[in-house]
Amino acid sequence: MRATVVVFPGTWSDNDCVWALGQCGIEARKVWHTDEVTFDRDELVVLPGGFSYGDYLRTGAIARFSPVMEAVARHAEAGGLVIGICNGFQILCESGLLPGVLMRNESLQFRCQDAYLVPVSQASPFTAHLEVGRGYLMPVSHGEGRYVADESTIAMLDDTDRVAFRYAEADGTVTADANPNGSMNNIAGILNERGNVLGMMPHPERACEPLLGNEDGNAIWLSVLEAVGAKV
Amino acid sequence: MPVDDLVLQQVAMSRSEYERLLDMLDREPTEVELGMVGALWSEHCGYKHSKPLFKHFPSTGDYVLTKTGEENAGAIDLGDGWVAVFKMESHNHPSALEPYEGAATGVGGILRDIFAMGMRPVALLDSLRFGPLSDQRNRRLFRGVVAGIGGYGNCIGVPTVGGEVQMHPAYSGNPLVNAMCVGVGRREHLLSASASGVGNPLVLVGADTGVDGIHGATFASVELSEGSDAHRPAVQVGNPFLEKLLMEACCELAEQHKDWIEGLQDLGAAGLTSSAVEAANRAGTGIEIDVALVPRRAQHMTPYQVMLSESQERMLVIPKREHLDEVLAHFRRWEIRADVIGTVTDDQMATIRDGDQVVARIPVRVLVDPPQYPPEGVRPSSLDALQAEDLAAQPDLEPSEASSMLLRLLASENISSRRWIYRQYDHQVQNNTVVRPGGDAAVIRIKHSTKGVAAATDCNGRMLALDPRTGAAMAVAEACRNVVATGAKPAALTDCLNFGNPEKPDVAWQLEEAILGLSEAARVLEAPVISGNASLYNEAPTGSILPTPSIGVVGLIEDARTALTIAPEPGDTVILLGAEVAQEAATLAGSEYQWLTRERIAGMPRIDLGLESRVQRLVLDLHERALLTAAHDLADGGLAVALAEMCIAAGEGIDASDTAAGARLDATLFGEEPSRFLVATANPQAVLEFAAGHNIPAVALGVVGGDRLRVGPVDVALAAAAHEWGEGLDRVLAKI
Repeated sequence: MRATVVVFPGTWSDNDCVWALGQCGIEARKVWHTDEVTFDRDELVVLPGGFSYGDYLRTGAIARFSPVMEAVARHAEAGGLVIGICNGFQILCESGLLPGVLMRNESLQFRCQDAYLVPVSQASPFTAHLEVGRGYLMPVSHGEGRYVADESTIAMLDDTDRVAFRYAEADGTVTADANPNGSMNNIAGILNERGNVLGMMPHPERACEPLLGNEDGNAIWLSVLEAVGAKV
Repeated sequence: MPVDDLVLQQVAMSRSEYERLLDMLDREPTEVELGMVGALWSEHCGYKHSKPLFKHFPSTGDYVLTKTGEENAGAIDLGDGWVAVFKMESHNHPSALEPYEGAATGVGGILRDIFAMGMRPVALLDSLRFGPLSDQRNRRLFRGVVAGIGGYGNCIGVPTVGGEVQMHPAYSGNPLVNAMCVGVGRREHLLSASASGVGNPLVLVGADTGVDGIHGATFASVELSEGSDAHRPAVQVGNPFLEKLLMEACCELAEQHKDWIEGLQDLGAAGLTSSAVEAANRAGTGIEIDVALVPRRAQHMTPYQVMLSESQERMLVIPKREHLDEVLAHFRRWEIRADVIGTVTDDQMATIRDGDQVVARIPVRVLVDPPQYPPEGVRPSSLDALQAEDLAAQPDLEPSEASSMLLRLLASENISSRRWIYRQYDHQVQNNTVVRPGGDAAVIRIKHSTKGVAAATDCNGRMLALDPRTGAAMAVAEACRNVVATGAKPAALTDCLNFGNPEKPDVAWQLEEAILGLSEAARVLEAPVISGNASLYNEAPTGSILPTPSIGVVGLIEDARTALTIAPEPGDTVILLGAEVAQEAATLAGSEYQWLTRERIAGMPRIDLGLESRVQRLVLDLHERALLTAAHDLADGGLAVALAEMCIAAGEGIDASDTAAGARLDATLFGEEPSRFLVATANPQAVLEFAAGHNIPAVALGVVGGDRLRVGPVDVALAAAAHEWGEGLDRVLAKI
């Protein structure tokens, strides 16, 4: 399986994503947002974190118009795997590939800290091989990560098993205290209808080596590998 | 041109300095020339009062690759072809007026100094000083500065991993914002900021030039006053998004196309003027600039304004003629504007044109030769009584009060957890942060290598207020100790000399003494001074700031996997190294305990640099022998606070109740004698023997475990200590 990390002007976790994928033996290329690109059917497309276009206007609001996003949308449409992390999640919401919106943190401050996530849905290659109910440690680092949607959307996400992760305590219990940004229902990540597009605020690519504190984030990449039956 | 006092005041030039200029030029300067000279002769650019003292700095050492002041930042050799560059710079005056933008552009400026050398910024640190947070105005500045640092650093993708902050009334109205950046790269990618090669073009890249920040360098070189708010236009506005593109483009240029360019220089204080002139001076060339070619963001700008604008996010590239098109295309690809604005000449003149009209033509040597004023310091006689005060005359702490005193210290604004600050900073981006903020120093690993760099900043202005020479030496020692506590060997240091008005005799004396103390400590501890900055005229209406030479130390750890934090493991023994447990009242001089209990400081701080050096070497030796599981330096709050911090970090208590109190309980628990570490080990016998072999005092204090923190008569629940320490800053900042 090949992975592509998309770089927008202002993206900063592109290299971290390439590094983390490499820890799991996945070779990743970087593409610039104006490059003419085509994605292979089984390619993993990563929209990484950062401040695309300086977060000017609204997070992700300008990047959604980048030329590369047409190819990303086509890839998602065709069932290809797309993961948006942090700013990538914001871009996916802005471009309509995922419902809802990321608003300013409840604290009105940027937050960089460890957070535990509990996997909820296993109906996606990203989460199929994660242990439901267990706490996975991954850092968050954002000023606008509070997931908000109207009540019917929140209900729909629950009813259709599209909540990928919730913020939780270390033991996997979902509590208000564990929520770093005030997201509705502690939502940390959501899936599209087919389960091939994942958006999440926490940074799995930062939890990729014991030297950096832990490697829980690798579980997501390993799940993808196992789900698509790919050899590395 | 008639030059009256008002015109000179605008460029912060004295009448005698103007006379000197007339002598050097043998004619009257044009308006543009006067502006350029004023900026480059300002304290901020010209170091008029501080440069005569720089000769004291040790500037060579095993690791050092650059000469002090020769490039934008100092460089050290980390071995195997790896290089680190670093520097610290002040942005005090802008932050006093406009805390968010002042701090943000301070971060932007220091980043450009680093990537101008072709190295990738890997870490940011900030040394901050404010007035007491009980004052609403200080809280506003504090919040604004922290938000500005985060706003810029988080956006650009460089982790903010460390620094320190101290509050004292002398900083009310004149906060200190010193930003430090560390860059790492391959030695072959190291760039110079010189305008070499006659006929090569000068290319201005990045932001358009506006009217912001004009006279910023001169504004930074006068005292703040009631009327300072009128200088708000001298404060620039940052665009971190543009800087991110600029950084990527410049680093890529250094890494992949170094052969295309002769030099790369940032635009900082005094904008295009200092950037071009310094680059020409380094190369022994001249420059010719046509201001009509400089892209503007405001209409009707005069040549004077274009040459002195401090608009942020701009760099000057000196490509080789034959590679000009490739360089321009390179920046276009990164969606950054790049324009040829002039050429390198062979006449050693700075020639500024506006189309066909020459508006300035002045020798480079005049511009870079500001007058020097060796400080004429006078030791203030008031210090005699202050230093001689017998601290033993104060009543000692009652044992029954010891527990509550520890909790009070842990919750104080100078000691409590800095989490409120650093959780607003992205401290992990780039996937290199091995030791995170909250300990003694941050450790950043270098990918594709086992190595890591440790970095810390320090300075306790209270110690300098009592004795600037000793205090400055203590600042160097503490910053080195912080780096050593992670297992890294200090390699070099950078400084940011924050002082009051050097034309005042007592401030001049402080400056001189501090530089002597700093230099001596740097020499003994083998951490030469490789870069720095001076920020003088830090005066608020209430008086001078505490003398505050902020020290930033970078150290090398050969195997980043072995880096130590301050958190011990349960079952470890904690050992005090460097001194016996019992301390005398004199060690309370300038301490947090003294400040908190008496709201004044007195006494004479002291440091034995020989002992300091030996203790640091001992800790490094113990680390190399893999005998340590954690280490922590003793500083603010002394032994009891350091022990509490280790236990809080570990989430484990300790029983050190047998710790013998000496004649003075307060000094033993909270005295701030330097040259001391707490180390944790699973093999106390070996550590004690090793220390004894090196003739360094070592005392086992207790074993880590349980839920209580006991030291001497102190007996508190660990949870209570953790709560006080953890919430101290949040509590005071919860107020509007």
